[in-house]
Amino acid sequence: MKVSIIDYGAGNLPSVERALRSLGAETECVTSPGKIATARALILPGVGHFSAFVAGLRERNLAATLHDAIARGVPILGICLGLQAMFTASAEALGEQGLDLIHEVVQVLPTNVKSPHIGWNQLRRLRESVLLREISEDAYFYFAHSYAAAASEPHTAAACDHGFPFAAVVEQHNLMAVQFHPEKSGEVGSRVLRNFLEWAQ
Amino acid sequence: MTLARRIIPCLDVDAGRVVKGVEFAGLRDMGDPEELAARYNSEGADELILLDITASRDGRATFLETVSRVAQQVNIPFTAGGGIRRLQDGNAVLRAGADKITVNTAAVARPELISELAAQFGSQAVVLSMDVKNTHAGWEVFVRGGAESSGRDAVAWAREGVSRGAGEILLTSIDRDGTCSGFDCELTAKIAATVPVPVIASGGANTFDDFLAVFTDGRADAGLAASIFHSATHSIPALKKFLAERGVPVRMPMRPLGNSTR
Repeated sequence: MKVSIIDYGAGNLPSVERALRSLGAETECVTSPGKIATARALILPGVGHFSAFVAGLRERNLAATLHDAIARGVPILGICLGLQAMFTASAEALGEQGLDLIHEVVQVLPTNVKSPHIGWNQLRRLRESVLLREISEDAYFYFAHSYAAAASEPHTAAACDHGFPFAAVVEQHNLMAVQFHPEKSGEVGSRVLRNFLEWAQ
Repeated sequence: MTLARRIIPCLDVDAGRVVKGVEFAGLRDMGDPEELAARYNSEGADELILLDITASRDGRATFLETVSRVAQQVNIPFTAGGGIRRLQDGNAVLRAGADKITVNTAAVARPELISELAAQFGSQAVVLSMDVKNTHAGWEVFVRGGAESSGRDAVAWAREGVSRGAGEILLTSIDRDGTCSGFDCELTAKIAATVPVPVIASGGANTFDDFLAVFTDGRADAGLAASIFHSATHSIPALKKFLAERGVPVRMPMRPLGNSTR
């Protein structure tokens, strides 16, 4: 199937593209509202600063089309900053508006733990998860972030603990997102992407 | 649920080949970077680091090609560095497919470089590499591959680097590097206690016990080694099994349940 990767100018696109292609998916990088409007499945990748993300979306006029696509039920997977972007706002750039699909604010990791949270960590399942299908409970995933959204019902399917329990896997209807990098999480991460593709089909 | 301690093989790259530096006696060829990267990726390495040790200007393009070829081989994070002096250098390495960049000598000469890179690419992409030697003045930072003293105190430099936005510290003990006498746990613990970011210990790894010591006494978040992995003295799965049996949280290489696509 064809997956459209949203390129807002600050993403880690090549590794995400490569990972999807290795699973047999066709990929295209989209930078315009028109391309998003016709997409069958979307990936919102991201590394870097929350404000760079917001600025990138604004410059390309992508937010409204993205909202429409999600409202129509188009499957979307946010990765890392792409997860955080789905929230109302982030402590990383207060005053900037996120996509506001989940009405909560992304927080900074507390000072009693190492930050950035860099490395491989495990998850705690809160409920049945589409993205974690066929993945063992003790699997490790690669994280690299300094901000996180508190794990909470109903959006969080799996949490990770680092300073506080945060949303590692978000699943809310057609809106899915992971705080870790599936494209950098070895075979286990590849399985997460495959689960998304199969579910989006 | 615990953050795993990482095992990181390091590839020193010269003219498109992985080499081992033997002081004042030239470089020994250790293999092809793509082949080694693919091997470590499948053996359960948690990350890879590629360091450009070429001095020449035209060696730069060759290194970027190597980064790009290695990127095709791995689905784990990898860091590349060596000779990054400006924002454009960092950008080129990241565009070639690396997830993070390391800076060393150029950051000591101009610490603003760290701030610029972190502002552009995020702290999670900036690793401050520091080569440290125990001198009469204390723990001192050396530059130019450990050849020249910078006059900077290691603890103060680590602190400054992190305050400028470095997201990790790659800490190499010059005293231990190449000696096979184990990591410098005292130095590592000192830096790990100073900065709020992960510390990757490097220099001196020889035995499984050296890794155990650096994760316990040294409080390291990751342990790096080169030749002991290249020469297959130690396998990564065996090292991880050893550590897991002794209570160190490590990520055991595993495949998802069910049928894989491959």
